Amino acid sequence: MDLGPHATFIIAAYAASAFILALLIGWIVAENRALKRTLADFESRGITRRSDERKSAPKTATRASLA
Amino acid sequence: MALIDLANPTRFLSLSGRVLPWLAAATALCFAFGFWLTAGAPDDYQQGATVKIMFIHVPSAWLAMLGWTVMTIAALGTLVWRHPLADMAGKAAAPIGAAFTLICLITGSLWGRPMWGTYWVWDARLTSVFVLFLMYLGVIVLWRTIDDPTRAGRAAAILTLVGAINIPIIKFSVDWWNTLHQPASVVKMSGPAIHSSILVPLLVMAIAFTLLFFTLHLAAMRNEILKRRIRSMQLLQAEAAPGR
Repeated sequence: MDLGPHATFIIAAYAASAFILALLIGWIVAENRALKRTLADFESRGITRRSDERKSAPKTATRASLA
Repeated sequence: MALIDLANPTRFLSLSGRVLPWLAAATALCFAFGFWLTAGAPDDYQQGATVKIMFIHVPSAWLAMLGWTVMTIAALGTLVWRHPLADMAGKAAAPIGAAFTLICLITGSLWGRPMWGTYWVWDARLTSVFVLFLMYLGVIVLWRTIDDPTRAGRAAAILTLVGAINIPIIKFSVDWWNTLHQPASVVKMSGPAIHSSILVPLLVMAIAFTLLFFTLHLAAMRNEILKRRIRSMQLLQAEAAPGR
């Protein structure tokens, strides 16, 4: 594929777009992994949200277990 | 399932978790097809091969405006209907819209240098898109400044609604003012002014960019729900801490 005399501008435009989108995708994926880790950590310590406590009251740990 | 059922974050997480892999696959396929068409598209008789920049510049410009439109609808959801997911949708769309606006500005600048002889001019189209980028940054900063998500959501929603006035300004800036930027050549009353050999790759790339936007938006909204869950757990932990 011949990009002509302005090949540098064309390649730079595609490279910059790919870089920005890669950063965006990487950030969203990395944040998702970090959030899931934090959530799993809370759950392993028996900390659940109030709505979860209500849903499965006999099974889940309550705030009392944290004290 | 009724649409209103999606207002429940748990149901939204479950449904979006099933949809997301398919949406990501469709995005990848569409990009592969779009790049294949782009590589085979002919050079423009005036602009030569630089017309290839259009295949990323124009879709990113459309997505920059679509991002703010999505945020505006979400802002109405926050302020009028107090929809549980509305402010999460608005917050999730802001960085994605900002990224597409930045791509639009950079690719436009790199296209402008060989065609106009300059990277930048302060004409109405370029300036209004730059203002859109600053508004995206403003909304992102506002979200990060206010701790309480409900208060932050309302403040960001108001800013979003005020900023929505910029969208028609961007669209019609080339008609209302004398600009260096060319007028609309795809979305116009008399139909597209581009030959199908260039129009088809452009539209396929636009579909690919749109699919990417919604894939990332869905993923970012899921992250936002997880963040709120973690926040409520942290509050619960703080309440239960000894000495309270």
